[in-house]
Amino acid sequence: MKKIQNPKHKIQNKSNPPAGGQNSKLSETEVEHIAKLARLKLTRGEVKIFCYQLSEVLDYMNVLNEVETKDVGPTAQVTGLENVFRKDEVFPSLEPQKALSCAPAREGNFFKTGVVLEK
Amino acid sequence: MKLYKLTINQAKEGLKKKEFSVKELVSSCLEQIKKLNPKLNAFITVCEKEALKEAEEKDKKIRNSQSVIRNLPLFGIPIAVKDLFCTKRIRTTAASKVLGNYIPVYDATVIRKLKEAGAIIIGKANCDAWAHGSSGENSDFGPTKNPFDESLVPGGSSSGSAVAVATGMSLAATGTDTGGSIRLPAAFCGVVGLKPTYGRVSRFGVIAMASSLDSIGHFTKNVEDSALILNITAGKDPYDATTPLLDVPKYLKNLKEKIKGIKIGVPKEYFIKGIVKEIEQQTLLAIKKLEKLGAKIVNISLPHTKYAVAVYYIIQPAEVSSNLARYDGIRYGFGREKFGAEAKRRIMLGTYTLSAGYYEAYYLKAMKVRTLIRKDFEEAFEKVQAIVTPVSPTLPFKLGEKTQNPLEMYLSDIFTIPANLAGLPGLSLPGGWVNNLPVGIQILGPQFSEELLFRIGHALEQQRKNEK
Repeated sequence: MKKIQNPKHKIQNKSNPPAGGQNSKLSETEVEHIAKLARLKLTRGEVKIFCYQLSEVLDYMNVLNEVETKDVGPTAQVTGLENVFRKDEVFPSLEPQKALSCAPAREGNFFKTGVVLEK
Repeated sequence: MKLYKLTINQAKEGLKKKEFSVKELVSSCLEQIKKLNPKLNAFITVCEKEALKEAEEKDKKIRNSQSVIRNLPLFGIPIAVKDLFCTKRIRTTAASKVLGNYIPVYDATVIRKLKEAGAIIIGKANCDAWAHGSSGENSDFGPTKNPFDESLVPGGSSSGSAVAVATGMSLAATGTDTGGSIRLPAAFCGVVGLKPTYGRVSRFGVIAMASSLDSIGHFTKNVEDSALILNITAGKDPYDATTPLLDVPKYLKNLKEKIKGIKIGVPKEYFIKGIVKEIEQQTLLAIKKLEKLGAKIVNISLPHTKYAVAVYYIIQPAEVSSNLARYDGIRYGFGREKFGAEAKRRIMLGTYTLSAGYYEAYYLKAMKVRTLIRKDFEEAFEKVQAIVTPVSPTLPFKLGEKTQNPLEMYLSDIFTIPANLAGLPGLSLPGGWVNNLPVGIQILGPQFSEELLFRIGHALEQQRKNEK
């Protein structure tokens, strides 16, 4: 992955600067793109509000640039536990009827979904 | 006698002496719910019929054998359950419309343990949807109100749980704490809230928010009850690989021991500009009380404290966006169009900071500063055994005051977030009053030091009682 030290550059190069807020770093196009990645449908109004609100939060995060972290390792978890295994033993799990009991659509013992792969 | 006012221990004594029945105890809490819930909105689901039936069965068991009360530590005790915990055959919504119709087919490990200990679920408590929030206002089922002033927030995200215990709608309640969601509402509602060490209590069956931070705890009326419940909920769970194979101490055993000679740190970074003066005074007063009890007060520094909120609001939404990706409306629940504004905000934020090109600038950077915050605590705990701070820089705020400004809302957790980032236990307990509103005191300790936190908390609680 290409290392980008300052994400501002990428955003400032956008041809479409956000309308309105001077502090706003995220463009509407970017907000729409993130929403698409996250499988969220946003209204026009939401796109506008999120542009402003998310940019404000991201701005606040710049405070971390004050901290020197060159020789610091990342913390992903705090337990210190690694590779916790259990015995490979078979034991009863949820019956299909129970597992399916909340499904909005089913067919036999299967969850029914829309088409994912098309011909 | 107003049974809903009892602590767990008092209720157990009463049941043992046959002063009242389980049904009378449960009915007393149900009466409180009927009286207050229409105003306070602490519950999403009230299990009146089931709880009464369960109470009758328990009374029958007592008639057959008195020993059940002695053998089961929560026998007949009505508890509220944050609606984030899966409860078999009881709707579990996470206070989100996405799960508005979800009825789990299994119990969370904690719920199973509480039931096995004899507890009766009286209802599912309201909270910020998906536990996203500091005020309770993000619930898709309407905000919960502060019992001391209905125009104020009760704190969140475990808003309904705190209110239920504060008003006697239940004798105890479960909660979750990812950035302060137990400690803040405990402070705003004047009850005792415990956020255990990360991994001390199983997360299995609790709807995940941010998996490296989520901690499963509870609310009670006093410290003794809090210790009693942790005895039941703590321990290794094969269904949650982050629970270590570590002995669970008997938390009640040394609870009442003196705290003479214990070194307690007071970090200067928690007494900053912006904190309400009277809260600072109440906290210093509590520290004086601990000193009077023989504790040795030591001034310490946790230099990276001011970066905790920024670190948290990178790491937490990143984990949220990943955890909420599973809600697709295929296996259970409704589709993603039903996510509320705050859930969307966090999913978006997390998706952005994890996306290609931004990962290192945001997420990796945050993980590195998280290391420095952990180190701050490690170094502090070489000098002291526990740390005392305020829980919140402000008193309960007005409903609606911060809903339009997410960043301001996020800053409510400035004093609670560091413990989550470092995986430490934190106890929040009533420390005084300002303008007829409760002020919370926070006691932090090294990982798995809950026993000591209870001891210090209990000593402070008794001292306050004696001075009254």
